[in-house]
Amino acid sequence: MRIHEYQAKALLARYGIPVPRGNVACTSVEAKKVAAEIGGRAVIKAQVYAGGRGKAGGVRTVNSPEAAEETAGQLLGTRLVTPQTGPEGVPVGKVLIEEASEVSVELYLSILIDGMSRSPVMMASQAGGMEIEEVAKSTPEKILRSYVDPAIGLQPFQGRKLSYGLGLDGDRIGEGVRLMTNLYRLFVEIDCSLAEINPLVITDDGKLLALDAKLDFDDNALFRHKDIQQLQDKEQEEPLEIQARDWGINNYVKMDGDIGCMVNGAGLAMAVNDLIQYCGGRAANFLDIGTLNNTERVINSFKMFVADSRIKAVLVNIFGGMARVDVIARGIAEAYQQMDIPFPVVIRLAGTNLEKGQQVLVNSGVSFIQAEDFYDGARKVVQAAKGVKK
Amino acid sequence: MSILVDDSTRLLVQGITGSEGSFHTQRCIAYGTNVVAGVTPGKGGSEHLGVPVFNTIEKAMSETGANASLMFVPPASAADGILEASEAGMPLVVCITEGIPVLDMVKVHRYLKGRSTRLVGPNCPGVISPGKCKAGIMVGEIHLAGNVGVVSRSGTLTYDVVSQLTSLGIGQSTCVGIGGDALPGTTFLDILKLFQADRDTKAVVLIGEIGGTMEQEAAELISVEMTKPVVAFVAGATAPPGKRMGHAGAIITGSAGKAPEKMKALSQAGAIIAPTPAEVGLTTKKVLERV
Repeated sequence: MRIHEYQAKALLARYGIPVPRGNVACTSVEAKKVAAEIGGRAVIKAQVYAGGRGKAGGVRTVNSPEAAEETAGQLLGTRLVTPQTGPEGVPVGKVLIEEASEVSVELYLSILIDGMSRSPVMMASQAGGMEIEEVAKSTPEKILRSYVDPAIGLQPFQGRKLSYGLGLDGDRIGEGVRLMTNLYRLFVEIDCSLAEINPLVITDDGKLLALDAKLDFDDNALFRHKDIQQLQDKEQEEPLEIQARDWGINNYVKMDGDIGCMVNGAGLAMAVNDLIQYCGGRAANFLDIGTLNNTERVINSFKMFVADSRIKAVLVNIFGGMARVDVIARGIAEAYQQMDIPFPVVIRLAGTNLEKGQQVLVNSGVSFIQAEDFYDGARKVVQAAKGVKK
Repeated sequence: MSILVDDSTRLLVQGITGSEGSFHTQRCIAYGTNVVAGVTPGKGGSEHLGVPVFNTIEKAMSETGANASLMFVPPASAADGILEASEAGMPLVVCITEGIPVLDMVKVHRYLKGRSTRLVGPNCPGVISPGKCKAGIMVGEIHLAGNVGVVSRSGTLTYDVVSQLTSLGIGQSTCVGIGGDALPGTTFLDILKLFQADRDTKAVVLIGEIGGTMEQEAAELISVEMTKPVVAFVAGATAPPGKRMGHAGAIITGSAGKAPEKMKALSQAGAIIAPTPAEVGLTTKKVLERV
């Protein structure tokens, strides 16, 4: 789960990490007030779940509360298109107004989980303010890493090593160590999957400051952080994905095609989407209904397809294991009863209780295209979609 | 022969009295697996599905000689369950549980370092050596005993691949679901080594997916140490970057995480790439004809 920059900075501040003075605003009048409080000259930052805001015009410096009001008014209520968003962009519902800092050095600092060592790793670089992926590709030697033993946590010597590596000197060594220790504490205490300060700056008066911050959270750990869970801004998410979650379909990802897919299992769902593309079509979504033995999620999946105006045809591909095919089949039959289904549906069933499931579909009298295996299913659904004009 | 589980496996089920634990224990027993004990704290001394239930794994092991554990413990306490099994000296723990916090797994991995326990999973379908032992939630009937080892990050995609193999008359030595999490206990690398050393495994089918670098690590082993042919497929070529595709570990965060990169690495290492997920069986058949 992602959160906004202003929320991330509030969490950093709670852990003793220095952040610029400022506040969030939902209206231009509020923005003016905040700018006046911090003394006029300010940076207005659009709060969106996407990077690359600077180049997209989502970060602007102003010199007066009036200018803050005007700039906030220009940003609020619009959609920001950055290299990381689609062409439709993301809505700007809030702006962060911060004091403008005089920066002398830009650094990079982050913590994430390293898959190879299966431990947290703290990464630091003097190449701050840039995409770390780019730094890793072009100048990997500029990234310093310190692997943390989770049994004892980040140790002061690791902080010192990284601080010296970042070129810090004097009092800033101790400051750096404290900041890193605090960031590690935050990372583990609130179950982050990524804690990134980019850039971490040294100001003209020699202070360390988290100028931008990004915190991502482990979805699997949200059950023990209800307060964090509440920070999610649903406006920033894809509406179809929010709708899916509200209907109990947790594993739904919107894609850019026109063929709806309902599959059980994430790997199989990805493979089905790949196969559709191989057959010349494009999936409109990834949808793993997971293991279920009730009909509700099947019916809701069909509701999703009906609500999605792009859909020209649907492929259902179920390999019953823990999930039973007859229950899924009943769900499909009920979906047909409950709603008008305006597109052809290709169904491929296999696995646990297959015969019973086929019987259910036959008895229900619903019209569908039967597929023998999932290659056959992909071929047939691509064909079916081509026959539909939209 | 086979790997990880066989007819000498004495299975213990952690969380045997829960609904999933009960359902799948029954099916494991029906398949012929020797389920010798169950553990549910607070229910020790009782019997469930004809299997004696204990409060602790230590007690269950000392009384029944259990040598493998299958876990159906809810996510919030699953890490604790793995630690208890390891502390008791359990050689193999197969963890089915989906949704364990990553930082819990970080602690588990730290604890397991240098200990003798092998963890398979979490978030996996388990392990089956057809005809000998099923320690998992996969459909037993689609499997056939034979000489192809299967290792995969996915559940149902593996069922599909296995039924492709079985319908072509190609049996399996062991099928291992290593799970869809970002930090699996056992990796492709570990399983490939075991298959390479297993006399009865003549070829290996590897089903990868987007995210992480496990397929690249496997590729390195394939090019250096594997003498047995490996047929591979990597799911998620159409997955958009930055989106989690169902599995916690299935998210592209860098170029190495992409399916084409992984398939390229595997292919360059000498693995034979199935053109589509629906042709893994046929590709394996061709490879076996050449061996």
